[in-house]
Amino acid sequence: MPEVTFLDAISRGLWEEMEADKSVFLMGEDIGIYGGAFKVTKGFLEKFGPDRVVDATLSEEGFVGAAIGASYVGLRPVVEFQFIDFIACAFDQIVNVAATSRYRWGRPAPVTFRGPWGGGGRAGMFHSRNIEMWFAHSPGIKVVAPSTPSDAKGLLKSCIRDNDPCLFLEHKYLYRRLKEDVPDGSPAIPIGKAKVVRGGGQITIVSYGMMVHRCLEAMARMPEISAELIDLRTIYPLDREAVVESVKKTSKVMIVHEDTRTGGIAGEIAAVVNEEAFEHLDGPIVRVTSPDVPIPFAPTLEDAVLPGVADIVEAARRLAAY
Amino acid sequence: MAKAIKDPPRSVQLEMYAFLRLTRAIDEKSHQLHQQGKVVGGLFSNLGQEAISVGSGFALEKGDYVAPMTRNIGTVLVRGHSARDILTQYLARATSPTRGKDNSQHFGDVERTGVIGYISMLGDMVPVMAGMALGSRLKGEQRVAMTYVGDGGTSTGDFYEGLNFAAVQRLALVVIIENNQYAYSTPTAKQSLLKDLSEKSKAFGIPGYTGDGNDVFEVYRMTKKCVEEARAGGGPQLLEFRTFRMRGHAPHDNQAYVPKELIEEWKRKDPIDRCEQAIGITAAEKEEVGKRVRATIEDAAEYAEKSPFPDGAEAVKGVFEDDSIVAFTPWWRRDA
Repeated sequence: MPEVTFLDAISRGLWEEMEADKSVFLMGEDIGIYGGAFKVTKGFLEKFGPDRVVDATLSEEGFVGAAIGASYVGLRPVVEFQFIDFIACAFDQIVNVAATSRYRWGRPAPVTFRGPWGGGGRAGMFHSRNIEMWFAHSPGIKVVAPSTPSDAKGLLKSCIRDNDPCLFLEHKYLYRRLKEDVPDGSPAIPIGKAKVVRGGGQITIVSYGMMVHRCLEAMARMPEISAELIDLRTIYPLDREAVVESVKKTSKVMIVHEDTRTGGIAGEIAAVVNEEAFEHLDGPIVRVTSPDVPIPFAPTLEDAVLPGVADIVEAARRLAAY
Repeated sequence: MAKAIKDPPRSVQLEMYAFLRLTRAIDEKSHQLHQQGKVVGGLFSNLGQEAISVGSGFALEKGDYVAPMTRNIGTVLVRGHSARDILTQYLARATSPTRGKDNSQHFGDVERTGVIGYISMLGDMVPVMAGMALGSRLKGEQRVAMTYVGDGGTSTGDFYEGLNFAAVQRLALVVIIENNQYAYSTPTAKQSLLKDLSEKSKAFGIPGYTGDGNDVFEVYRMTKKCVEEARAGGGPQLLEFRTFRMRGHAPHDNQAYVPKELIEEWKRKDPIDRCEQAIGITAAEKEEVGKRVRATIEDAAEYAEKSPFPDGAEAVKGVFEDDSIVAFTPWWRRDA
């Protein structure tokens, strides 16, 4: 079984879908000749040709609109954003044209939007942003955020095959830092299903993306606490059942994400737990998130903003002792 | 008498005339229904601009794609949608093409009519239609994609990004600038310093032409040439047709900001009068078309008014393929 990085797994997922389905094609800036800013599509132009690996103009709103149009003639476009921050430039096409398309005129726009996402890379506020909730709050698009190579590959396949638009978030801090055995031709993994990463009975920790790995590190530092770790894997639709079932067992829950506090998914999860498991709670619902600031550039500043292992340990201990 | 028109043949000329009349009749009927309080929400008039939609609609072939804008009733009619489709949309009925989900001509049918459901954001359909041309080419088809923007719409980023992408990719896209001289209350001079908006084509390195938007046959011939050019691999084409918005932006707007002389001037250039003169229409032909149009409108209005509003339960359906994603019973509605 080949050991692949998070990045390679995404690349293999794209490759296998393009081999399996001729209607899948790629569009984005510098994805062809250059192979993409992070080399996710290296070798794709040579294999699939310029019709299926389209080097786009520097115009997110333009080529995203074009991808939506191509989906209307029965194709399955996969659009790469060089950094996911630049999706802001295409916001109108995604939330107004694509996400409403099925609802308003019965024609879905099955486009996959993907790109490097998240902080920790010392890349500044325009190359580090957590944009997931802009789209989770816009009805008609699914938001997927895997944390392991095998999940990334399997969930990307599901996004491409999905008959509705999907946003696929690739944490760039994980691109080359994670390795896992992922077989060729591995199956698709369903969207909307969370995963219990570690079972436990004392507290529930809910997270996604790079923070799943920080939570694992934190758990290694506090063996005295039996924590159950849930990786959401999908932000929308949210796997409410998985969270609620765990909280019913542990009676305590904390949510850890690098997205900013106000309007982050943690608030929604707190509301779901309140509605569905109120009588089961034995402590406050705890949030460990970034403060409401843009991601700053200097290492000391970025580290002060993103939740760290020590923050997670401290919060978990307080909650367990409550 | 004017010189006889060779293209299109007279039978088609009469057909085009009938579509001009039908477009205007829908406009009159819908404003009447609006005054009676039966139209839900806003209403955007096509009065005086009928020739651009009808002429350009006839220039496309079967299998081509077109995204209308809000003053392009004629286009959707020519492409095979009905007066019933339009009036049920205005009245937000369950029988409308969007089943009451969206308003105006925000509907379409990719396979049957090639009409694409547009949205309210101006210019957005330019990149989308570029993508339909791109997708068609990838599938080995020779379809042309066409859409419209207003004079105001040419100021948007989507207009530039979409046309530039299409130009670089040499896509079979035709964009028509429907210059009706006002974007809501803003005159074209406040949108652009260019005398001819078709000059914007130079920014993309593509051909651009300006024509008389109140002459349905000129619109037809110029658009047809561009459609043929695009289909033959000539890349995107930009057309500007001059016309005038004869009513306000919507019924609430009496367009007091428009000089009266301008309205009087453009009344004399009425596209239906000019079409009648150009084809030398007989009294009998005029009467026959009028009768047909009245019958179509009466049927559509009656059908729309008798149609029910959509059931409220439909509101939570159709966001995704799987309706269960959105379905949710709040805690306070569940059995105790």
